[in-house]
Amino acid sequence: MPVNPELQGRVFPSTEPYLVGREKVREFARAVFATNAINLDPEAARAAGYDDVVAPPTFAVVVQEHTLAQLLAEPDAGIDFTRVVHGDQRFTSTRPIVAGDLLTATLTVSSVKTLGPHSMVTAESSITDATGAHVVTAISTLVVRGDE
Amino acid sequence: MAAAPAFDGLSVGDIVAEHSFALTRDSLVRYAGASGDFNAIHYRDDVAREVGLPGVLAHGMLTMGFAVQPVVDWAGDPGRVVDYQVRFTRPVVVDPQLGAVVSVVAKVGQLDAEARVARIDLTVKVGDETVLGKAQARVSLD
Repeated sequence: MPVNPELQGRVFPSTEPYLVGREKVREFARAVFATNAINLDPEAARAAGYDDVVAPPTFAVVVQEHTLAQLLAEPDAGIDFTRVVHGDQRFTSTRPIVAGDLLTATLTVSSVKTLGPHSMVTAESSITDATGAHVVTAISTLVVRGDE
Repeated sequence: MAAAPAFDGLSVGDIVAEHSFALTRDSLVRYAGASGDFNAIHYRDDVAREVGLPGVLAHGMLTMGFAVQPVVDWAGDPGRVVDYQVRFTRPVVVDPQLGAVVSVVAKVGQLDAEARVARIDLTVKVGDETVLGKAQARVSLD
């Protein structure tokens, strides 16, 4: 089944709020070889003007995952997960994610394109904090391989 | 902590950071746990082979995640990275014994004097092969 072109423009319900934990930030930081004290030590983070440890630039993927799971589970999407390859990824931030943030993500399918037997689905997850202010937008292009 | 580099001291083409990362299978398992991405192609040789891959692959998001760290260290603060994008060009195969070594060179690609934002272009390679394309971080400086 090909990817449903009518997905383009679809907006999904916002995800359950995700509470960013200090130990989660540290765990993620260690996993991506981040050694900056601002990522690991709350005192260093406070000295730099933050409320708590600051997440690495790609941490938003943890929150974005929940939105991509919604997309893949959409009954009429026609996206076979075993055929999905991550094409590209972007994060555009208003401010960095900090431990203590309560984040909610809303996914919009910005485009569905066909390239021969393959489809390219671009999904934008807008992530906001507890006050509703924008924190980061995570944009993924998924390449769904078709029958060759 | 290192002070942030001055925007005015930069020129297009300057190499601002260079670093090599040695990945092992342990790195992949640690990233799987931290990120929640438990796709078995990132830690099981049998599954990787079954789906036609040359071996266990590093998560693309792991490679994206560490490739920007030399830029974070240069900038002095992860919060200065305001935009970061990559294209996943080629998979990084992580050998069970030898692992994989990924090299990162970060160079000034463009300077936006009005916004005081430097675009740092990353060259990310395993041996001679580029694994991330169009890898660019926008860094806000004073």
